[in-house]
Amino acid sequence: MRDEAAWQLDVRPARVDEPDTLLIVLGGRWCIDQSLPSADTLTTRLAAPVCRVRFDASKLVDWDSALLTYVSRISKSCMDRGIAVDSSGLPPGAQRLLAMALAVPEQKLAGRDSGPQGTFTQVGAATIEFIRGAPQMLGFLGEVTTGRARFRRRDLWLEIEEVGPRALPIVSVISFLVGLILAYLGADQLKLVGAQIFIADLVAIGMVREVGALMTGIIIAGRTGAAFAAQLGTMQVNEEIDAYKTLGISAIDFLVLPRMLALMLMVPLLTLYSGFIGMLAGLLVSMTVFDIGFFEYYTETLRALEFKQFAVGLSKGTVYGAIVAFAGCLRGMQCGRSAEAVGHAATSAVVTAILLITIAASIMTIVYYQLGI
Amino acid sequence: MNTVPHIEVRDLTMAYGDFVVQGGLDFVVNKGDIFVVMGGNGCGKTTLMRALVGLQRPATGSVVYSGEDFWSAGAEAQQRLKRRLGILFQGGALWSSLTLAENVALPLAEYTGLPPDRVDEIVAFKLALVGLAGFEDFYPSELSGGMKKRAGLARAMALDPDILVIDEPSSGLDPLTARRLDELIMELRDSLGTTIVVVTHELASILSIGNNSIYLDSESHTMIATGHPQDALKNGHPKVRHFLTRGGTT
Repeated sequence: MRDEAAWQLDVRPARVDEPDTLLIVLGGRWCIDQSLPSADTLTTRLAAPVCRVRFDASKLVDWDSALLTYVSRISKSCMDRGIAVDSSGLPPGAQRLLAMALAVPEQKLAGRDSGPQGTFTQVGAATIEFIRGAPQMLGFLGEVTTGRARFRRRDLWLEIEEVGPRALPIVSVISFLVGLILAYLGADQLKLVGAQIFIADLVAIGMVREVGALMTGIIIAGRTGAAFAAQLGTMQVNEEIDAYKTLGISAIDFLVLPRMLALMLMVPLLTLYSGFIGMLAGLLVSMTVFDIGFFEYYTETLRALEFKQFAVGLSKGTVYGAIVAFAGCLRGMQCGRSAEAVGHAATSAVVTAILLITIAASIMTIVYYQLGI
Repeated sequence: MNTVPHIEVRDLTMAYGDFVVQGGLDFVVNKGDIFVVMGGNGCGKTTLMRALVGLQRPATGSVVYSGEDFWSAGAEAQQRLKRRLGILFQGGALWSSLTLAENVALPLAEYTGLPPDRVDEIVAFKLALVGLAGFEDFYPSELSGGMKKRAGLARAMALDPDILVIDEPSSGLDPLTARRLDELIMELRDSLGTTIVVVTHELASILSIGNNSIYLDSESHTMIATGHPQDALKNGHPKVRHFLTRGGTT
């Protein structure tokens, strides 16, 4: 049994008077679950005076693709060296399969040069791509700002529900924890000057004016922006967007503007909510850890919060909402036609959104400071 | 069959960057033709279709509809020409957030200004024509592949286009469903005089419905045969005969 289970290989000149013909005798079992000899060891024998290779498979017990790959490796080496291969000694099934595999020559054209590129080449390619992409982005921005949203009211409500109420749990958790961090951070510093009551001011103004909007924007970028990109990307894959184009119907009006509207309505509301939850966390920390009374904290918070703080927070929320919708829809519409492209669109939507949000936040903070708001 | 040129393609080249998919395409589709664009996988059939319907600008050359060049026309003229085209995409491309009825109704609502009850009537008729009466309120995701394709055809026919462009009508369909779709396509031509361009590699469809064709070759990147598919089968280019007999002749 053991003998039968193993492979046998014998390479020798076909006959004593025929030194130019190499005979490869294959025997036993040649299957992929065995460890088989490498074809490379045999190539050393494929040198002058050999100009023909024949096979003898009469002792072969069992074979599968393992034999075929072995033989085709040998055949290729022979072809490279101009040695003729006579495969008539192989089992008929193997001969047919090998003939089919060799029938279609390897497409040299189809190969892409994907060799490693130098840093300069990569930077250059990325720059060119960015410059080429910029007009597209501006064109999209133009279409979005001049379009007219068209949708069924039911769709807008669904969209609003999806981006607003359903985001409440995650916004709650993150806002609470950020509020808590702010309170501890402030308490530590304010303790030095014995002004711990100003934790209330710090948390209230920080959350309402800046951090609430920023956190909400980033959460929505990851949650909704990615979803938008994936939805529109899948529509691109299914040719649904082409179908709009061929009918001359603006996919922007139908798909992008309702989403943009939903986010521009909901993100400011979520920002307000986030500020409220953050202040709640500040209150809890102050009362339990730093011994500040409820009414003390409450009055200090009311004193600190002027209308302009809310106005700043809401304006930022609206801008971030627009940015997330813009980035998500832009990447979705630019999506290629494969599953991989949809994943790429979702990733790049989140990256674009967070980058643009951070830039917008910086610009607005500086402008509001200069204006004294 | 009359021979009024309906679509004229002149020296069309389609390329992705430097890679020419198909070049030097010159052919005429007459009014009332069922014109088959055939060729193996990856030869550029769908790319040609996208150039015909205005989705992808060709590298060079022109696509002329009844004397008007699509790609050099202004945006408004392009829009007008697009309205005369009905397109059935390979996977149906039904809008996934709309029901079947809404899918078919959207082009009508967009372009005709018909009152809603008239639109509903037309939608019901078009769906009945493709054998989907009663499926008005279904969403595309609830349909089988064959039903999606038929619904896509109903939407493509919504505005009674002069020219119907169909990408792979029978791919993924069983032989009987495919045949019913072929019969429907022929019926549309016979009864409405619609010019139909079919992009396909299904032999049964090519030979039974086509009365004119081109063969796109993926090796030479150009067309190597035109004419009636039956003629091409009998005495066409050897490659075309090879294709049309599933490799039976060489």
